[in-house]
Amino acid sequence: MMKAYGQIALPGDRLEQRVEAERPFVMEVGGEKVATVVGIISQREGKAYFVPLKSIYVPKVWDVVIGLVESVSAASWMVDINSPYQALLYAQDFLGRSFNPSTDDLYQILKPGEYVKAKVVAFDKTRSPLLSVQGEGLGRFIKGAVIDVPPARIPRIIGKKRSMTSLLEEKTGCSVFPAVNGRVHVDCPSPELEAIAIMAIRLIERESHTAGLTERVAKFIEEERRRRGI
Amino acid sequence: MKAKVGIDERGLRHDGRRPDEMRPVSMKVGVLANASGSALVEFGKTKVLAAVYGPREPQQRFMVLPEKAILRVRYHMAPFSTTERKSPAPSRREVELSKVIREALEDVVITSEYPRTVIDVFVEVLQADGGTRAAGITAASLALADAGLPMKALVASVAVGKIAGALVLDVDEAEDSVGEADMPVAAAPDLGLITLFQLNGVLTEEEVQRGLSMALRAIEQLVAMEKTVLKQSYEVVEE
Repeated sequence: MMKAYGQIALPGDRLEQRVEAERPFVMEVGGEKVATVVGIISQREGKAYFVPLKSIYVPKVWDVVIGLVESVSAASWMVDINSPYQALLYAQDFLGRSFNPSTDDLYQILKPGEYVKAKVVAFDKTRSPLLSVQGEGLGRFIKGAVIDVPPARIPRIIGKKRSMTSLLEEKTGCSVFPAVNGRVHVDCPSPELEAIAIMAIRLIERESHTAGLTERVAKFIEEERRRRGI
Repeated sequence: MKAKVGIDERGLRHDGRRPDEMRPVSMKVGVLANASGSALVEFGKTKVLAAVYGPREPQQRFMVLPEKAILRVRYHMAPFSTTERKSPAPSRREVELSKVIREALEDVVITSEYPRTVIDVFVEVLQADGGTRAAGITAASLALADAGLPMKALVASVAVGKIAGALVLDVDEAEDSVGEADMPVAAAPDLGLITLFQLNGVLTEEEVQRGLSMALRAIEQLVAMEKTVLKQSYEVVEE
């Protein structure tokens, strides 16, 4: 059995005032800070933070997300961004030019089932999230694999100052992009390394709330590579 | 021979419980992989499964609210949950219980974070032996927490009944059928909030007060148990 790296807090638990947290994970009820989801109180450099173990992704403007194309409509694609809200990507934005429905076939450009890396450019209470692929590194994924993880695990897959992602990249030779909406894109030199990288991400997902995880992930990848002779 | 339903000369009930004793309770979370959150709760022989889906955009867009998510609750008894087959069609009783369970949960779920969406809660009674709404509310509260939906507090529920002139906690089917009154209560002890209070039958004012404090004490224990179960789903990680 492994120990959690901090004390677990549950919905309704009162927290100390010094615990730093974001809405909606912690809310003020009667002047007191109260946890609203299952989370961990993490102590770091004399400060205490509430880290949710469960969360639902709600888009924020300028988030870079990995979207799954779900359907094609007249001049746009409906994109699943692993959130309660389905996002919209306009053909004009994706093509970077004006779109002509008589000559451009959206099915040929982006098919349902394909993944895109896009940024959220507009979202509020009255409208669905609007995506854009205008920007460096954005657009359709042409190689690699995308895996789904709970959005609350993403900060752990990134690590402090990107330490966990760097470790994954260094040990497997893959490029790893964890998106805030709970999807991770891995692009590896070989299928074997891709399998190892995905297994390592699953390990982080399972044990994200435990202490000493970085060392275990490093050991896991090394052993797996040795076992497979790569 | 089966014990007579009531209170015997030793002050015990037909199944050997003291008047203020609940049936053995068991709780499990994360029992369904497809659901955003799920829980299985057993109060003695009563077995209730709850599954939470969402928040998600509904098929019928007209029903959304611009300021908050809608909580939709469906309480349903499986055809095999009773000794005689129960028709799977929703009965008047099930429609009403869906409404009271929804109202018991609406006060704690922070729906303002997810405008224009619905949160579906399915409460399915697998085996009915009295107290299904209480077990259903308890299971739904756990499933909502398991789904990661922000909640001001956890809710639990239990019923107090009156049999042979005495108040008893957590009535089962046999007691319910001969009982003089049945009073289901749901509460969120962390908030000091009662979210469901019903009374079927006749109780004096003094009995209502005594029954309520019996129920609230039991609910505190149930919520503590909910927290332990949620915690355990994280604490034990097999190597």
